[in-house]
Parts: sequence; C-alpha cells; structure tokens
Amino acid sequence: MSSPDTDTLAADAPASDEAAADEAAEALADRLRAALGDALVESCTRRATHWIRVRRDGWADLAGRLRDDEGFKFFNFLSAIDWLPSPFGREMDSAVDNALSPPEPAGPAEIATGAAGGDSRFQLLARVNDPATGRSVIAKTDLPDDDLSAASWVPVYSGADWHEREAWEMFGIDFRGHPGLRHLYLPGEFEGHPLRKDYPLLARRVKPWPGLVDVEVLPEPDEPDRPDQGGASS
Amino acid sequence: MTVTERQQLSYIAAQAADARVNLEIETEGMTLNIGPQHPATHGTLRIVAKLDGEQVVSAEPVMGYMHRGYEKLAEVRTYPQVTTLINRIDWLGSFANEVPFILAAEQLMEVEAPPRAQWIRTILFELSRIANITLFLGDMAVQVGAITPVFFAFRDREHVLNQIEAVTGGRFHPNFDRIGGLKDDLPAGWIDETRQALRKIRSFCDQIEELVEGNEIFQARTRGIGVIPAEVGLSYGLTGANIRASGVDWDLRRDNPCGLVYDQVDWKVWTHPDGDSFARFWVRLQETREATKIVDQLLDGIPAGPIMAKVPVIIKVPPGEACVETENPLGMMGYYVVSKGDLFPFRVKIRSASFSNVSITPWLLKGVYVPDIITILGSLYFILGDIDR
Amino acid sequence: MIGVLSELSYWQVTSIRVAAGLGAVLLVAGTLVYVHLFKMVSFMQSRLGPMEAGPYGSLQLMAEIGKFLQKEDIVPRRADRFVFKAAPFVVLASTFLLLVVLPGGPDAWFISNDLGIYLAMAVGSISVIGILMAGWGSASKYSLLGGLRATGQLIAYELPLLLAVVGVVIQAQSMNLQEIVLVQANGEIFGWGGVGNPFIVTQFVGFLIFMVAMQAELTQTPFDMPVAESELVTGYMTEYSGLRFLLFFIGEFATAGVFSAIAAVLFLGGWYVPGLDPTDNLFNVIGPLVLIGKVVLLSFLIFWIRFTFPRFREDQLQRLAWKFLVPLALGNIVVTAVFKVAF
Repeated sequence: MSSPDTDTLAADAPASDEAAADEAAEALADRLRAALGDALVESCTRRATHWIRVRRDGWADLAGRLRDDEGFKFFNFLSAIDWLPSPFGREMDSAVDNALSPPEPAGPAEIATGAAGGDSRFQLLARVNDPATGRSVIAKTDLPDDDLSAASWVPVYSGADWHEREAWEMFGIDFRGHPGLRHLYLPGEFEGHPLRKDYPLLARRVKPWPGLVDVEVLPEPDEPDRPDQGGASS
Repeated sequence: MTVTERQQLSYIAAQAADARVNLEIETEGMTLNIGPQHPATHGTLRIVAKLDGEQVVSAEPVMGYMHRGYEKLAEVRTYPQVTTLINRIDWLGSFANEVPFILAAEQLMEVEAPPRAQWIRTILFELSRIANITLFLGDMAVQVGAITPVFFAFRDREHVLNQIEAVTGGRFHPNFDRIGGLKDDLPAGWIDETRQALRKIRSFCDQIEELVEGNEIFQARTRGIGVIPAEVGLSYGLTGANIRASGVDWDLRRDNPCGLVYDQVDWKVWTHPDGDSFARFWVRLQETREATKIVDQLLDGIPAGPIMAKVPVIIKVPPGEACVETENPLGMMGYYVVSKGDLFPFRVKIRSASFSNVSITPWLLKGVYVPDIITILGSLYFILGDIDR
Repeated sequence: MIGVLSELSYWQVTSIRVAAGLGAVLLVAGTLVYVHLFKMVSFMQSRLGPMEAGPYGSLQLMAEIGKFLQKEDIVPRRADRFVFKAAPFVVLASTFLLLVVLPGGPDAWFISNDLGIYLAMAVGSISVIGILMAGWGSASKYSLLGGLRATGQLIAYELPLLLAVVGVVIQAQSMNLQEIVLVQANGEIFGWGGVGNPFIVTQFVGFLIFMVAMQAELTQTPFDMPVAESELVTGYMTEYSGLRFLLFFIGEFATAGVFSAIAAVLFLGGWYVPGLDPTDNLFNVIGPLVLIGKVVLLSFLIFWIRFTFPRFREDQLQRLAWKFLVPLALGNIVVTAVFKVAF
C-alpha cells in the first residue's frame, strides 16, 4: 500500500520493490515502443500498476506482442470507458450529493481522461497478466467518435470473445474480426448501449432514489472525534 | 495420481469412434436446451447443446437471465453503498467480493487499514472461501449423482456461516468491509468457536476425501473429462483452482497479497498436473484444508489496535484509476475503479472469475457426452451472480 | 392356499388374490418408502426426515399421496396422449405380474408355475416398454433421452440377471420358485442341515451379480442415468405430475420390493426360517412376514448403495454389463454345472 507511515505489515515491501517494478515497466514500454513504433503513445506507472496507451491501428499488433514476445499469457479482461461526464448532471444521484455539489453542466465538452491520458470519448481498456512472473499491464486505446471500432483480440486471446461481446452491447464498440458479435446479456431486441454515460438509468428517472427517504444530516467532513464512521449513509 | 496417457487417449479414441459411427449412419442432430431452469446449472445459465446421439457437437452458453447491471448501478452510488451491491456477485463468498473493491478505493484514497483490520479481513476472506468451496465439494458429488455428500456440506458449512454471522451480522451478505478498516471488532469468544468450526471443516474434508474423492465411480466419471491445457486456460482467462488444476502455479494470495496478510502465515499453493475435472475437485479440496490452516494461524496472532483508520466521514475519492485483484473463492476477482474525485465512482469494471471461467465452455464441451457436460460444468464451479453481475 | 381356497368359488378366490396382491405391493412399497427413503437415508444424511405426520412421521406417505392426488394431471400439449397416460400403468402392471409367482408360505401362493422364475424374468421386462412409452410419449427431449437410456440399460442388464438365476436353477433343478425354496429349506451344507442350504452360500457370485443387475434393472444409483436428476431432470418422468407421477413413484419402490423378494427367494430361502419344519402350517402365517423381513434387509442394501454412490456414465455402464458381468455370470454357470455333475 502506498502510505509509508502507517505501513507496518507491508514493511518488507519497501520502495525499492516499487522502483524495480517501475523499471521493469519502463523496460517493457521501451521494448514495445521499439516493436510498435510510434503506435505506442504513452506509458505510465502509478501504484505499481502499468498503463500503456496505443494508437488504434496498433491495437491488434499489441496483443500479439504482449502474448508471444512478452509472455503475458493470461488474458484478464477487456472493457471500455466512456469518459463523457454524465449529461444528466447530478440528477441521478441521491440528495446528499445534490446538496454538496451543485449540478454540473451537461454536454461532452469537458472530457477528462485518466491514467495514460486519452484524446477521445471512448477508450478501450484491456488487462493481461504473466502468471510466471506476476507482471501485469493495462492497455488502452482511443476510439474516435465517428468510428467506434477496433481490431478484435480473439485471434490472440480466445478469452476476449465474451468480453468483446459485452463491450459491443454495452458501449456499441465494433470489433473487426470477431467471430460473432451477438448479445451476451441483453435480450436480442434491446436498443441502446447501457454503459454509455448518455444512456439514462431509467429506474432513477421514473422514481426517486429510495435512499432519499432515510437521509440523515451528516456531520461536517472534518469533525475530529469520529474517525470510525467510514460507512456513512449506506 | 495422474491419468495415464493411455486412459486419455482411449477416451479420445472412443469419442472419435462414436463420432464416426454417427457420421456413417447419418443420424440427425438434436438441439437440447439445458437450462435456464435446470438442476445442474445452479441458477439460470442456459446451455444450447447441439447433440448427435448423446455426443455434443457444439455447446453455447446463453446468459443474462440474471444480469443486474452492477457496473451501471455502481456509477450512481457512493463508495460505501457499492459494497451492498457487490456483495451479491458471488453470493456464496460475499465478504470476499467486498475486499478488492474496498482495497481499490483505499489505494486511490491512499489510506491503509490498521493491522488488526487487515488480519480480520484476511480471516473473514478465508472463512468465506471455506463457506463457498465447502458447498462445491458436496455439490460436485451431486452433479455426478451422489446425493448424500451435499447434506454433509450444508451441515458443516453452517458452522462457518455462524462464525461469519457472529462477526458481521449477516450470513450471506455481510456488508462489513469499510474503506479504511472494518465496521466492528470481533465479538468475545469468537476465536475459540472459530477454531471448533475449523476442526469440523477439516473432518468434513476427510469425509469427502473418503466418500467422494476415493470412490471409483467418481474417479471414472471425472478423470480425463474436460481436460484444460494450461495454455488454453490462460488464454481464456481461467483463474483460481481451475487454472491451478492445470498445473499453473499462480495464486494471487501468495504472489500479490495486496493489503491482505497472507505473507504472515505459512501455507502452500496446491496445483495438479492433469487439468481434468478430478484435478479441479482435488485442488479445491486441498485449498479448503489449506484455508483452515491459514485461518488457524491467523487466529493466533491477531494484533491489537484499532480497526478503523482515520478516514473522512464523507468519502470522497481523489481522481485516479486503480485496479485491484484478489484471489477469491471462485478465482481472480478484480475491480477497475475510475474516480473523478467524487462521492461516486466514475466507472467500475468488475472482473468476475466465473465469467471468464465459463467462457471456456464452448471450447471444452465439444465432443463430450451429455453426462460429461454436467461433470465439467460442476467442476468449473461457477456462481450465476458471478457470471451475470 | 389351494387347500383352503378350493372350497371357495372362483370369484371369491380371485378377489382374495387381488386383495392380497394389492396388499403385498402397496404395503411393501409403503414400508420401503418409510423405512428406507424417509428414515434410513435421513439418518445417513444427518437429518431427521419427516417427523410431523403420525408418530415419527410414519404417516408421511399418506400425506404425500394426498398431495399428489390433489395435483393437476398435466399432459404436455404435443404429447401422445394415450401413450403418455398409459405408460405408468404398464410399468406398474409389470410389478404386479412379477408378484404372481412369488411364494409366501408352503400353501400361500398365487400360482404355482413350473416355469416360475422364467415367467418372472419375462414379465419383469414389460416395465421397459412402459418406460419407453413414457419417454417417447412425453414429447420432451429429456424424457426421450431418459427413455432411450433406460431401454439400453434394462436390456443390457436383463442378461446378467437371467444368467445369475441359471446357477440357482441348475442347483435346485427346478424353475418353480416354491420348489427352489423347499430345496433350500431341506438342503444340507456338507451333510449339515442346521440352516438348510440357502443358495447365497453356494451361489455367492450369482447373488452378487443378481444384486448388481437388479440395481440396474431398478434404475437406482449408480445405474440411474435414465432418471439422473442432475442431468436429465428426471428422465422419462420429467413431464409427469400428480397421480401418474405417484404411480411411477410407487412403482419404483414396489418393484424394488418385488425384486428383493425374488432375490430373497432365490438366495436367502424365501419364506423359510431355519429350525422349523418347512411343511409346518405356521409358515402360511409367518412366511409372508419372514419374506417381508428379508425384503427389507435386501432392499436396505439397494438404497444404501443408491444414496452413497455417484452414477456411472452410459458407456461405462454398458461396459460393466457386457465386459464384466456377463462373462462372470457365464463362468458361474459353468462352475455350477461342473459341480452339479461331479457331486
């Protein structure tokens, strides 16, 4: 864990380990950069987690490199992130939050992306591990709004099949070369892509969040003598 | 302990011979819908199997009957509220579901639970593993037709559930883990009672070993059935006992304990070289025993101190992304949490073990017989809530 | 019985026989359900079993029957109605027919037929037709698979069952079950006639084969693929409900009882208990009870195994029958024949 002064149990995992992990991550990024050229946009490490971001045309190539050259034999997951701030503002949140932070303006204007950056609304995200050494890496790629598609990882990692089907129905991302993009969870005639931020959570819109009923007035955030109230308002 | 190559080959040869006969006499295929309501699918998994006689030509799992959209729902709940949802993912080992999410949030907030909380967390984590896998050990016998062992499983799981209930107040959905620690401390006298429960679990394991594992019919039904080579398993994302039964020595508890105190105790990761249904059963049986050992040792040395770190009353998680995975009863469970500095997670990707574990079934079920479908599904051991989320 | 009954008219004799037959089937089935399914198994599985209806739940079966009779008798839309509805009766008929040749005492029998055991084996196969009818008539794939599995299995195990009996027939030099009992009652083991000569001693291999084949004939675990709850739901019974399911249910236990009775007659001396004169009139009264006692004992084995073992796969089951039991039974016949000629 990351705060050294409370760190009594993980004391035998000193900073040097993390530094070594960072170095290994850098070395991996360098090797991939050599292999993929400028398709690799960014690499960053934070809290012993390694992100790399590639351009969309390097996505399929990246999978092959990771598996065959770098030994990341284990396919962990594949998903996507919609970086659009919810256009419904805080409408869907409970009253506690509405009181604390005023509703934000809607619209796709202020997209702020996370680790390893990004420059579009939809970002594809995949994680692979190497069970032999315990290394792992998270790969990201940006998908332009007008062409939500990427190369499929199924030829490389067979397990990507269902994950890509899920991403397809939840985000509407097309995977070229996927053996059969069918609905995985949702019924066949379902319209829309539920995990997109602009897809409303209808249950919330037709009926107020029942949590509203039993909202307690919370004390000020930094009241000193109640340190053990972590699970407030659950 | 291993299946001889001859046994494997003869099984494959028998399958091939059957397929040839079926081809020659031009039998017509039949589509069999196994599920969504079928006694062997532990819930609402549906498998559309195309059969040729009793042999499976192709099998396609269909799910979503229990999809609850937790990833979307988590986006409109505060961090402490999310644990209530994710409790219901793998409902047999609920506490274990909470831990990786809480750890991810703690990582983003840069707080750490005090040692006592970490130890109790690990103990409860292992107890939920025992509660979960105990049921598998009985259930696997039901899948191959023996009815009695599952009653023993339910009987002895109760002791563990009682202990979980004594601490958390909930038998199935504890909702006990908090960012920065735990909700409460252990009740008085709990440690001794837990030791007794563990003794019962150990004797249950011995019983299962004699009654099920040593049974010739059970071995005939499971050995060489549903063999997963390590490479294939890894590429499908299999985790937990499923991949360890294929000889991959990989256990996140040992390799990346990540906020849990597995490095403080002496234990062993069990693997099996065969990769068949029997190996998966065997590995889980050993894991249950190992879990009792872990808990026994942990009970000896719970450090004193607070059980909550100092965290703000209203949890606001700083912006960032964290990915935490733990070795849950069913396999690797991970949460990819994206925060934007809000009360709410911006996006939570739930990487559940069963989803990946079951995704191998179309590959694995090709060419097996109908009874083997049930054996293989049983040995892969999935929980529907863990597939559908 | 002939002695007593010969003075009565035909319809009186017939009604007494029908009542005795019904009693023999239903009472035995009820006993087995209560003793084995409700209580013995419950104790094995660390539970109490039914406790509410009657003392120690002894009237639970009545409650179950009441429940089943109230349930709707559903026939699937695309089922072959006549075949579907007739199937349980065909299965139950085979059970009643099996009973016909069983002797319950020196004079207490339904018919004394010189082809007794031959007839029993023949009518025992009728249940296959009923099961196949149920499997096919239900218009359900699970039922069809179950029915076909049952047919393959019952035909395969008919053979070792029959061959195991042949050893007994050679030794007793009769196919009449009454004769077989008397031969065992009057027999001697190496000149010592203290307990007669129950054929379980000399025909132990035959007994084992008979019990294994019987387990399969009754489609009990480990040979229960036709029913296979965890695979085929309940196989050929999947679509049945209400009264018709009850008939299958009773048929299952009644057949277990009747087959156990045949095994008891063939190998354990039937209604005879050592120490008494087999021609004693007393046996007409206690004979049936002794037989039921032996039936409970043998069916205990059946249900003990049923609730302990996992089930075989279809191909493993066929392999066991053809590659192991049939050769073994044939060897048993040869050895028996050689001994019979030599001594």
